[in-house]
Order: sequence, then structure tokens, then C-alpha cells
Amino acid sequence: MIAKHIKKLPPSGIREFFDLVLGMPEVISLGVGEPDFITPWRIREKAITALEDGLTSYTSNSGLLSLRQGISEFLNSKYSLSYKPESEILITTGVSEGLDLALRAIIEPKDIVLVISPHYVAYPALAQIAGAKVQYLVTDEKSDFKIDLKQLKNALSVKPKAIILNNPSNPTGVHYSGPELAKIWRLISLSGATVISDEVYDELTYDVKHVPFPALDKKAKHKTILLNGFSKGYAMTGFRVGYVCADKEIISAMTKIHSFSMMCVPIISQVAAIEALRSQREVAGMRGQYKRRRDFVVKELNHLGLYTPTPRGAFYCFPSLKKFQVNCLDFAKKLLFQEKVAVVPGKAFGDEFDVNIRISYANTLDNLKEAIIRIERFIKALK
Amino acid sequence: MDDILEILESDARVSLEDLKKLTGKNVKEIEKTIKGYEKKGIIVKYKAIINKAKLKNEQNVVALIEVRIAPQKDVGFDLIAERIYRFPEVKNCYLLSGTYDLLLEVSGKDIQTVAGFVSEKLAPLSSVKATATHFMLKKYKEDGIILTKKDKNQRLPITY
Repeated sequence: MIAKHIKKLPPSGIREFFDLVLGMPEVISLGVGEPDFITPWRIREKAITALEDGLTSYTSNSGLLSLRQGISEFLNSKYSLSYKPESEILITTGVSEGLDLALRAIIEPKDIVLVISPHYVAYPALAQIAGAKVQYLVTDEKSDFKIDLKQLKNALSVKPKAIILNNPSNPTGVHYSGPELAKIWRLISLSGATVISDEVYDELTYDVKHVPFPALDKKAKHKTILLNGFSKGYAMTGFRVGYVCADKEIISAMTKIHSFSMMCVPIISQVAAIEALRSQREVAGMRGQYKRRRDFVVKELNHLGLYTPTPRGAFYCFPSLKKFQVNCLDFAKKLLFQEKVAVVPGKAFGDEFDVNIRISYANTLDNLKEAIIRIERFIKALK
Repeated sequence: MDDILEILESDARVSLEDLKKLTGKNVKEIEKTIKGYEKKGIIVKYKAIINKAKLKNEQNVVALIEVRIAPQKDVGFDLIAERIYRFPEVKNCYLLSGTYDLLLEVSGKDIQTVAGFVSEKLAPLSSVKATATHFMLKKYKEDGIILTKKDKNQRLPITY
């Protein structure tokens, strides 16, 4: 009964591991892909007021104009990026829907989508659902999981319809600077591919300046579908609010699909998102804490012999298990059973990453300290 | 505020070893910085926030007292404020704008003790023109910490 292309979607082995973690009580989890902070109170309070005021209706398919105006002003003042709120911004149910819509709007059968690996799990899955053939550009530890330009040039020779970039990245925490992006863009611009740039972690960068892909130049803006949202930087995962910025034609096509499949994002979440744009102080507070935790965790992991490049964004790092000659799933399972610490096996983010694990430092310092003690004990027993 | 102060403000018991891991600075440098802050009076004291409502055998009454005073020539409010804040019953003392001049937080083992302080020590001072005493019924939040209930994060233990 189930369609073949859905049946063959990953993941399989990893799902079983997730079930193990979900069934085990009192685990210290370094495997969570969302902030440990609860949404700042001023945002929650706005959502409560919206309910009290009786805001329970649909909104326009594109989303509340006031939210689109707020996003437009925000991007303009922060990045000098100019998108028209009336025609170039669409409010989506998280970035996930934005990505789904972007792919469905531009992909035709047999089109190729280029995915940079390790990658967020939804990228290849949604591309395949949209009917695309996925090609991977696999990065490695030697380049600290950054794109190698020669490799990119080769990968672009197959003329992909789109390339999905994630800056900063889940699972590695890699962040590309403006000059690095400019070099990447120089190659992509020759290929004609559309860039789908997922920048949902842009509020969480450390020691570096973030440059959105469409801010590189006019042509880059024209060829980019920018995806962003409120989940990570504002700790609003459960509100499910994302947004897409692109040329009018693309937004119009995406809005068509969105109007049939989703109608609109819940109005309460949209009202809360307007307040979130005014909550930069709270965002800065969370960013400061993530940075401190990153410094602690990365230093400790390297000290324990798990080579970990310093992430410049998001709240993940991607340590290597090479030194211990153990595959990621065995390592994660044993660590879970012996020490009750959960991590995500690297394989979840690409078949090649069998000797990596993803560690999320979106957790309290006390938990992170205890987790490191347990990992150290576990590693000593491994030797 | 620098890293060390921020960390100490949220957890004064953090070890030097952890401070080293959190800030990337070496222990000697951290010790020197902290000593400097203590010397300059930037770090005044290390204390715990105690939710006394949970101490069953401990009786404690807290009152906020608004005090209207007549300022004195040349020294303004400072001299009379000093006269008042030196009493050990006074836990906090602020100079305010508005109807009243000083706001005091006073604590004692029962209402009589606090009332006695107001009638015997505070009100008779010649510069004190009026007082208004508000007994505290419940503490919801202190020093940025919510004392009554905590938010609970409901997130799943593992997600992509």
C-alpha cells in the first residue's frame, strides 16, 4: 500500500537507537536537537494575551502582514537585506515546511539536489519525496567538515537543480564566513543551481560575524531561497514558526502549495513571533550561555582524545571516535547502557560518518560536567 | 560585565578549575582577577539564597518600610540614611524618588519585633517625618530566582 519512494526513506538502525533512549529513564541526554531554554517569558506572555484577545482564526496564507513586515525590517537592519513583506516573504510551519515547499516548488522528476554531508536528516528525505535524485558532497575531518572547493566544482558538473546549504550547520556546528561563502558562490553561480540556504541557527554564532547567503550580491539574492525561523535562536521549537525569503515568483509558487496543504501557521504562534523579534536581549543571554558551554565541552572532549573541531555556530559538535576504533552505533549504545548518557550516532547524518557522534551542548552546565565525567569513565573502560 | 563576574553571579560556588574550563583563562589569572574585584568592592560577598518559607522551625517576618525624612543641610539624605541602615534589623536600604525617600527591608523573628523596631528605633528619629510598614506575605521571586515553582522543560531526550 505504501509508495515505494516513501518505503525506502531512511533512517532505520538509528530509529531503533532513538527508541532505546526514549525508553530509558534518567538519562543525561546530549542528543537533543533543540534548546534547553524555555521560550522567554515575554514571548509566552504575548501568546497568552493573543488567546485572551480571542485571536483564534486563520491568517492570510502568507502569514500576518505585521510579522512579515517585522521580519523584513529585522533583516534589513541586521544584514542590510531587503525583502518586500507583501510578496517576497512567506511564513511557514517551521523551517521544515519551508524546505519542503522550496523543493516541491522547483523540483521536477530526475532533477538532482546536492546535499552537503554530514547533513540534517530532512534534506535528502524531503528532496527524495519531492522526486529529486540526491547527490552528496561529503566533507571530512581533515577540512573540519567544510566544503572543499575542488570537490564542489566536480559535484556541480552534474548540473544540480538545487544545492542545500546549512550555515551554521547541524550536526557539525560549522560556520562559513562571508569570504568563504563568496568563494562557494563563485562556483555555484556558474552552474545555474538554486541555493536553498537554511540559516535557522544564524542567531547562534560565536566569535564570528554571520553573513546570510543572499547578502553576498544581487545575483546571489536572486538565486537563493533563504530559510529561517524562530525555533533555535528564540527557543520556540514548539511554536513552529519559520519563514522563507526569495524572489516573488518563488514565494508565489510556494504559497500556492502552502495554501492547499497548510493554509496558514497558527495565529497565536505568529503573534508570539512578532514579540520574539523584539526580544534580542533574551537571545543574547542564551547565546552567551551556549558559548560558555561550547568552550567547556569542546575543550573536555579534545582532552579525552575525541578530536572535536571548534564549532562556530549552532549548539552541536561532531567528535571523532577514530582513536578508539569503535563504530558510532556501538559506542552510543554502550555509553547509553553503561553510563546513561545519550548521544546521536554520526551515521544518522550520512553513511560515511560511522566514526563520529553528535553532541548537543544545549544542556545545563551541571549536566554537561556530569556527562563528561561519565564519558571519561566509559572511555577508560574501553581501552 | 566580564565572563568571571557573570559566572560567579549565577553560581558563587563554582570551582577555580571549572572557571578555567569555562573561560579559557588560567587559574592564576582567574585568582588575580577575583582578588582584584574583591579588593575594589565589586564582589562584595558570596551568599546563598535561602527560601525561608520552607524552614519549618524558623520564624521570620519581613517588612518593607517606606520612610519619609527631612534632608539635612550639606549632607542631604546620606547622614540620616547611615543612621538607619546601621541597625542590623535593616537588610536593605535604598534612596528613592517619589513620595517616600527611603525604602527599607527589615526582618525579625515576629511581627512584634519588627513593629518594635519601627516604634522604638525608627519613628523617634528627629529626621523621620513618616513611615509606612508593609509586611511581606509571600516571596515569589528573589534575586532573579523564582521561589514558588519552576518551569519544566518537556523536550524529548533525543531528536535530530
